[in-house]
Amino acid sequence: MSAVASSRFAGAGTLFRKEVLRFWKVSFQTVAAPVLTALLYLLIFGHVLEDHVKVYDAVSYTSFLVPGLVMMSVLQNAFANSSSSLIQSKITGNLVFLLVAPLSHWAWFVAYTGASVVRGLVVGAGVLAVTAGFAHLRLAEPLWVLTFALLGAGMMGTLGLIAGLWAEKFDQLAAFQNFIIMPMTFLSGVFYSVHSLPGIWQQASHLNPFFYMIDGFRHGFFGVSDVSPWTSLAVVGISFVLVAALALRLLASGYKLRH
Amino acid sequence: MTPAISFQQVGKTFQTPRGPLRALDGVSLDIAQGEFFGLLGPNGAGKTTLISILAGLARATSGRVEVMGHDVVADYAAARRSLGIVPQELVFDPFFSVREALKIQSGYFGVTGNEAWIDELLEGLGLADKAGANMRQLSGGMKRRVLVAQALVHRPPVIVLDEPTAGVDVELRQTLWQFVARLNREGHTVLLTTHYLEEAEALCGRIAMLKQGRIVALDRTSALLGAASSTMLRFKTDDALPADLAAQARITGRIAQVKARDAADVEQLLARLRAAGVRVEDLEIGRADLEDVFLEIMQGGRA
Repeated sequence: MSAVASSRFAGAGTLFRKEVLRFWKVSFQTVAAPVLTALLYLLIFGHVLEDHVKVYDAVSYTSFLVPGLVMMSVLQNAFANSSSSLIQSKITGNLVFLLVAPLSHWAWFVAYTGASVVRGLVVGAGVLAVTAGFAHLRLAEPLWVLTFALLGAGMMGTLGLIAGLWAEKFDQLAAFQNFIIMPMTFLSGVFYSVHSLPGIWQQASHLNPFFYMIDGFRHGFFGVSDVSPWTSLAVVGISFVLVAALALRLLASGYKLRH
Repeated sequence: MTPAISFQQVGKTFQTPRGPLRALDGVSLDIAQGEFFGLLGPNGAGKTTLISILAGLARATSGRVEVMGHDVVADYAAARRSLGIVPQELVFDPFFSVREALKIQSGYFGVTGNEAWIDELLEGLGLADKAGANMRQLSGGMKRRVLVAQALVHRPPVIVLDEPTAGVDVELRQTLWQFVARLNREGHTVLLTTHYLEEAEALCGRIAMLKQGRIVALDRTSALLGAASSTMLRFKTDDALPADLAAQARITGRIAQVKARDAADVEQLLARLRAAGVRVEDLEIGRADLEDVFLEIMQGGRA
């Protein structure tokens, strides 16, 4: 590797480490808080619905719920990491330190998305650790668990990057989060199987890429799912490539960064 | 030799709700390696826009900018490696300590294992005892020093300081200028924008003055001062000057400065003041300074 190429690689590595350190230094807020939220969801929904809802044979509702909560936490925290870091840097002005550095658009992309994946996985592992005791999880096909966790976190980290680039104020980012990300995650089958929905809502759910992330992830635990994990992989994979291409294009053009 | 910085016909137009705004209009300027160069101009003249284009924070609408022969757009990585920018705004990352901030900034440039240089920067800028402090705990002046250290951490041959002494105390100003002057003696090129004209006069070998996005003066500092051939009559007074004199005088509080061509002119001016009953204190006659030259140019006298 040439000296220039290796130093560009080093630049991306530094930005990645800095982004990981940024959330780790406030891990009480960025890791512990979402783990607690997921635990509360499990206790409340599990308590209320355990005896009323049966999704798959031989899978209790609480067991069904745990992988959904884990994946929801992975997705929301991956999104939060890149988006909040970028908007904070833009508003406080310290993004200038990155803008004057010789970092390519690939370096920005790899570092911000990579750190988001780390945060998503750390929170997901935390949620799994505190909720696994309430359920009987089998981990039937662990490779699917890993694949969907990585792809889902990567996609949400990338969406967070796009939202962070686009937003100029905190309330714009909050709108993106509350009106797009939250409804799509809640309507993706975290708390229910889409097969329990009326026909039209079932069809609508199949247009939501978040549904495939949750469903594919859950398949890794139980070996059963609403759609084939290969279909989910195709949908999530293509969605990731599309959002990554958009993010790279925005970064390369200096969209809302270099005027 | 390749110029340290080269601006060639640089234009920048901003689209505003009130229509296009031409912030820079065909700026051409070469700064040689090793120069200490001053860029002066009133607010809104285009200084920061020009520096933003140099640093890659903004993109020129037309023209070309190079740092050490590297185009700032086509060869941005090499251009940015050659450049250290001290931004005008007092910005910092609240998550990190001073030393962490410096190591991170080095890392962005692919520079690692430079602890000795980081220590030297901390020492030279009077930050050694603050190395472990979080950025949030520092005073404004200390934050400004860290900005300077961050700009220098990858040892760039070209240093740009965008109004680095705006609102900072005398001690920091002295520390900063000693440090920057040393870097300049060691061969670094320095581009400075400042509102403090006495700083530019004392430090810069050459000066460009910008007005409404155009260069209106570009010369050696000594030549600019020499070209202002007029003598200045400075005095303090509590009385009002005659209307025609007041119109041509520069008045700051009790201090009035009036231009005079020669000794006979001085005599005549004093006679007029006496005749008008103006009581004059602390009278002195001196050569025009950079501020006089600047005002003369900005008021259109030489443009």
